[in-house]
Amino acid sequence: MKFAVINFPGSNCDMDLYYAIRDGINEKVELVDYRNNSLVGFDGVLIPGGFSYGDYLRSGAIAVHAPIIKEIVRFAKEGKIVFGVCNGFQILTELNLLPGALVQNEKNRFICDTVDLTVVNNQTAFTNCYQKNENIRIPIAHGEGRYHCDETTLQEMIANGQIVFRYQDNVNGSVDQIAGVTNKNGNVLGMMPHPERAVEDILGSADGLKLFQSIINYQVKVNN
Amino acid sequence: MTEPTAKQIKDEKIYQQWGLTDSEYELISQKILKRLPNYTETGLYSVMWSEHCSYKNSKKVLRKMPNKSPRVLAGPGEDAGILDIGDDQAVVFKAESHNHPSAVEPYQGAATGVGGIIRDIFSMGATPIALLDSLKFGPLKNGQTKHLVNEVVAGIGGYGNCIGLPTVGGEVSFEDCYEHNPLVNAMCVGLLNKTEFKHGTASGDNNLIIYVGAKTGRDGIHGATFASDEFTDTKNKQRSAVQVGNPFIEKLLMDACVEIIEKHSEWVLGIQDMGAAGLVSSTAEMASKAGSGLVLNLDKVPQRETKMSAYEMMLSESQERMVLCIKPDYLEEVLNFFRDYELDAVVIGRVTTDGQYKIYHQNNLVTDIPVDSLTEDVPEYDRQETEPQRMIDDKDYRFIPEITSLEETWQEMLQRPNIASKKHFYQTYDSQVKANTLVRPGGDAGVVRIRGTKKALAMTNDSNSKYTYLNPFIGGQIAVMEAARNIVATGGEPIGVTDCLNFGNPEDPEAFYELDKSVEGISSACELIKTPVISGNVSLYNEYNEVAIYPSPMIGMVGLIDDIDKITTIGFKKADDLIYLIGQTQDDFNGSELQMQKTGAIKGDLRPLDLQTEKFNQDLIKTAIAQKLIKSCHDLSEGGLAVALSESAFDNQLGFEIKTTLTSAQMFSETQSRFLVTIAAEDQVKFETLLQTDFELLGQVTTEPEFVVTTTDEKVSIDGRQAETNWKEAIPCLMK
Repeated sequence: MKFAVINFPGSNCDMDLYYAIRDGINEKVELVDYRNNSLVGFDGVLIPGGFSYGDYLRSGAIAVHAPIIKEIVRFAKEGKIVFGVCNGFQILTELNLLPGALVQNEKNRFICDTVDLTVVNNQTAFTNCYQKNENIRIPIAHGEGRYHCDETTLQEMIANGQIVFRYQDNVNGSVDQIAGVTNKNGNVLGMMPHPERAVEDILGSADGLKLFQSIINYQVKVNN
Repeated sequence: MTEPTAKQIKDEKIYQQWGLTDSEYELISQKILKRLPNYTETGLYSVMWSEHCSYKNSKKVLRKMPNKSPRVLAGPGEDAGILDIGDDQAVVFKAESHNHPSAVEPYQGAATGVGGIIRDIFSMGATPIALLDSLKFGPLKNGQTKHLVNEVVAGIGGYGNCIGLPTVGGEVSFEDCYEHNPLVNAMCVGLLNKTEFKHGTASGDNNLIIYVGAKTGRDGIHGATFASDEFTDTKNKQRSAVQVGNPFIEKLLMDACVEIIEKHSEWVLGIQDMGAAGLVSSTAEMASKAGSGLVLNLDKVPQRETKMSAYEMMLSESQERMVLCIKPDYLEEVLNFFRDYELDAVVIGRVTTDGQYKIYHQNNLVTDIPVDSLTEDVPEYDRQETEPQRMIDDKDYRFIPEITSLEETWQEMLQRPNIASKKHFYQTYDSQVKANTLVRPGGDAGVVRIRGTKKALAMTNDSNSKYTYLNPFIGGQIAVMEAARNIVATGGEPIGVTDCLNFGNPEDPEAFYELDKSVEGISSACELIKTPVISGNVSLYNEYNEVAIYPSPMIGMVGLIDDIDKITTIGFKKADDLIYLIGQTQDDFNGSELQMQKTGAIKGDLRPLDLQTEKFNQDLIKTAIAQKLIKSCHDLSEGGLAVALSESAFDNQLGFEIKTTLTSAQMFSETQSRFLVTIAAEDQVKFETLLQTDFELLGQVTTEPEFVVTTTDEKVSIDGRQAETNWKEAIPCLMK
């Protein structure tokens, strides 16, 4: 499987994702500049964390106008794998490829820590290697990570199994302790925690590795 | 506004407002130029001859520092120092203070302090890999201080998080003397392939000077002069002298500069960041180092504001700007390269051979002075020094604490702001971005691996200004040795030092004594453990209403861990492991946190530090770690054994049961050269045969978070959960 890691000006977790794929699960991966307008030849697209365009207007708000965006949208619509971490998640909600929005943390401060998440749904393209309700430890690092959506959307997402990860301790004040959600179709995932920073024991946790392995697993099934 | 004429500058002594003295002005006009300098020229001299840029008051002292070792590839004089770490790789690091700007505009002051130190690293062609910071504030008593703390911390986080560099270590402390003059010192560490090391020089007739990065505005004009003056109630705090940062632009600039040197080294002859004194300092230093002259055309400089004068452009400290010297043959390639990063890049001048510094603005030659007169002709001052009166008065004073309840003192100690957990601050910094951080903040030193090798770098910032206040020489030695113990306890070999020397007005003989003796202390310790001082900065004039801060040398140390398997952390690992105290404990209470706790002040002299024992104990720990005997290791510092035991227990929510020959008071003694270690019970014999030094087997780690302690005075059982809560909640509670 060949992944594209999109590099926006101000992305800063691009290499973390790159290494997670290359060294963590030994798959093909390339950095793709935001000015490109084709993702032909790739099987999945990864949108890294960081501060695209400095996040000066609103997180992710400027990135959605980059040339590569229409290809990301195409991927999402065609049911291909699209995964956004942190700033990548913010970009995906800005694009309405995922429901809801990410707003300032409840305590209004940036938080960097390693937190416990619950795998709420293990029947997704991104979580099939986890157990249901598995407890995983994944780093977070964000100032605008409080997930917000209206009640109707929340109920819909619950009914559709779109809530994939929840915080065990609601660190940022997210609605329903949401840490990560998919689209209705299940091929687009956004999450604030950084699984790409948890792919080796020496980093403090390797619990993120199964997320990437799940994608491969899923793709193998799709291809067969 | 019309600029004053050269004659007016002389007659009205306008140069004095910019920090030049009468004799300095005379030297410039009579000996160097043999004419009166005009407005722009006077401005250039005043910033370049400020203490901040010229080190005119501190140079003589700084020469005492050792700066050589077989690893040193570049030392003081470059943007940052470089040490060889083998395998064709090198580590680049430097620390810098941003005290004055942070006092006035805490968010931007701190943010641009981080931005500036990062540029110093990538201007050497190195890839920045980690940040640290050392912060000192007044006590968390009033809203003003809390605001200052919040903004400084937010500024550091705002810049570092956005640019995507992990903040892996640092320190925060609180003393009365910093209330109106906080200290904000930032350190950056970078990695370099040593063949790609670039000097900040401008050489070769007709080679081009390129300006890259953010546009120039009126921010930070005279920042360097401002940093070389003291604060008073009546002096207006010059907000315009503070710069405004844009970490997003810096990220682009960093990526571009690292890439151009890595992939197109032949294009770039020299590169330097525009830091203090902006355009003038960077270009003049580049030319002076190469023995060249320069012609600059200011009309080419990208400008953010209209109608800027030559003076304003030359002295602006707008952030995120770099100067490159390139060969004309590569001009097209270089401009296209930066255009691809969406960065401004323009030719603003060229190198000449006449040694003159010429500046044109709107077709007028506004400056024509010898380059070296800005950098080399600065007078060097030999300042008077006298031993501070307090040292003479208190020489024989010995603080003898009385502990009526060990438990109470212990719990109170953990809540003291200088001892309590600083997580409230450091958790707002991204410590993990780049996925190379192996030991995060909260331990003795931060550790960042070098991907693709077995190696890692340990790094720490250390200072204890209470000690340097009581005895600058011994305090200086302790600062180095504590940093070294932090590195050693983490599994590293100390290889080099950077420093920020934060002191008072050097024209005050007592303050100068503090600077001189601290540096002598630092030098003697660095000599012994072979850690050259390869970079650093000096921040003098840290005074408020003529009361100086404590002498506050900050030591930034980097250690090499040759195998990541050696990495050791402070936390106890499991029940039944044996707990040892390595090193001898004496009654070292002068300057201790216990003295502050019991009396609200510090007083008395320090006991001389036995450097040989210190080194011996460090070497012993290195050996034991190399033999894989050590499960956890923690350096003993403020709060002594009691605090070290607590912190080691908190890490994995364990407890301990110990019996010691120490008194209850000695549990808080701050004797140097000590480590707290745990080992597996089965390694006892092997470990003890190694220990050719003073040591005590204290007891063992327990599963329950309970601290059972028997001293020569009493036996107590301390609730470890309560202790941890006290330690964790103290700062958040004070910050409310």
